[in-house]
Amino acid sequence: MPDLGLEVLLKGRNMERLLEGLGIALEISLISVAISIPLGILLGVLMAGKNPVIKAILRLYLEFIRIMPQMVLLFLVFFGTTRAFGWDLSAELASILVFTLWGTAEMSDLVRSALISIPKHQYESSAALGLSKSQIYGYIILPQTVRRLLPLSINLITRMIKTTSLILMIGVVEVLKVAQQIIEANRMASPNAAFGIYLTVFLLYFLACWPISLLAKYLEKKWR
Amino acid sequence: MAVRVLADNQPETLLSIENIVKKFGDNTVLNDISLQVHKGEVIVIIGPSGCGKSTLLRCINALEPIQGGQIKLNGQTIDPNGKDLTELRQKVGMVFQSYDLFPHLSVIDNILLAPCKVQKRDRAQVKEEALALLARVGLQDKAESFPRELSGGQKQRVAIVRALCMHPEVLLFDEVTAALDPEMVREVLDVVLQLAAQGRTMLIVTHEMQFAKAIADRIIFLDGGKILEDAPPEQFFNHPQTERAQQFLNIFEFEVVKPHPAPQA
Ligand SMILES: Nc1ncnc2c1ncn2[C@@H]1O[C@H](COP(=O)(O)OP(=O)(O)OP(=O)(O)O)[C@@H](O)[C@H]1O
Ligand SMILES: [Mg+2]
Repeated sequence: MPDLGLEVLLKGRNMERLLEGLGIALEISLISVAISIPLGILLGVLMAGKNPVIKAILRLYLEFIRIMPQMVLLFLVFFGTTRAFGWDLSAELASILVFTLWGTAEMSDLVRSALISIPKHQYESSAALGLSKSQIYGYIILPQTVRRLLPLSINLITRMIKTTSLILMIGVVEVLKVAQQIIEANRMASPNAAFGIYLTVFLLYFLACWPISLLAKYLEKKWR
Repeated sequence: MAVRVLADNQPETLLSIENIVKKFGDNTVLNDISLQVHKGEVIVIIGPSGCGKSTLLRCINALEPIQGGQIKLNGQTIDPNGKDLTELRQKVGMVFQSYDLFPHLSVIDNILLAPCKVQKRDRAQVKEEALALLARVGLQDKAESFPRELSGGQKQRVAIVRALCMHPEVLLFDEVTAALDPEMVREVLDVVLQLAAQGRTMLIVTHEMQFAKAIADRIIFLDGGKILEDAPPEQFFNHPQTERAQQFLNIFEFEVVKPHPAPQA
């Protein structure tokens, strides 16, 4: 068996540090998710609504966020705001801000498309049964929207977790950065460590995202 | 249930449509239409595509606002903005052409939702009634199924049971068999025929002329935003008064184009 340098993992606090790095990545993505979901729902409802001005503004926001590579957004918020507004954002806060802007935009589009995909006759046949507006939303429209939305938004969550691997570029010490540091520190003693360490990082991301993907698949099947 | 008769020997008017006007923008779809529906009466509305049959039913249920006239149920005006709208809608059952069951609810939950949540009736009691009605339309073993597991004809029968469980005073059927395969049309029409036999008040839009003939007390022929004919089926089908109705009925007749030679002796 080739030397994968896996013994480096057992040296000192290396494994613990990797887990801490994963913790940071998860913390940043999950805080962003927690803010993005309610905001995204709100904006999505507005986007599915009737006001053309609000719709145009939100469309512009969504397109802007989509076109921008996440890395550029990170640089813009982290380095740009310091220069332009004299803000002194920590790298973590800048990351949360960028991920929230991105997550909110994507979430709002998911909500919008889920809402407009509910056929008009669902509203009408429930109205014809005498349901009030709030009952129509509560019993008919929202449950159907949530069923369409959940698998898609869970996929968004895993995308957000994976994309945190970019935030090392603005100096957040997350799992990938820790991995680089460990490899760097052991360059002399275990020159082969890179493979083993990155493999470990791969497994850590996998373990974080896989259960979430499974849940999405399960819900998709259950609620098809 | 027989047609109830008031003291002056006039049948009791259940639904009264008075001079209604319905426009979509500049397009006047219903132009000053009046129609009295008596208790226990079955009225079939026919007319060319786009003449406003669906729109008329939708106005009765206040799914479409009207621009003139009024619609009264038991003397009470149906107002799309009124507070008692949901109350009135409970008395008007409607089944649409598109399968309109709620896909996330089982058959029985589709049926029980409105009686339990809107009318606040006892769930166990409504369920008993719902199961009996399902049995009557041949769907006793489908109560726990989901709409996606049913055929089109089965879905429409469930939709009819769902409407019936609200104890409506009048039923509106908008081409309930139009989206069905021919062999499923019959099973749904049979259910509607049963309802007629029970003396239910119904307004039915259909393109099935044989069915119309069999079920109707009165045929309403709608065209150009007006009611052009209002007659018992025998009279309407055998002696239509207007040229438009004659033309319309001709659509359903076919001329023989290839006369077969007489058999050789
Ligand atoms: N929401 C709407 N907005 C604008 N125009 C409409 C709307 N709904 C119906 N119309 C128009 O009103 C007219 C009557 O439509 P309606 O659906 O009532 O016809 P119909 O008699 O039911 O036809 P069909 O037999 O094809 O079902 C049509 O000209 C249609 O284009
Ligand atoms: Mg129609």
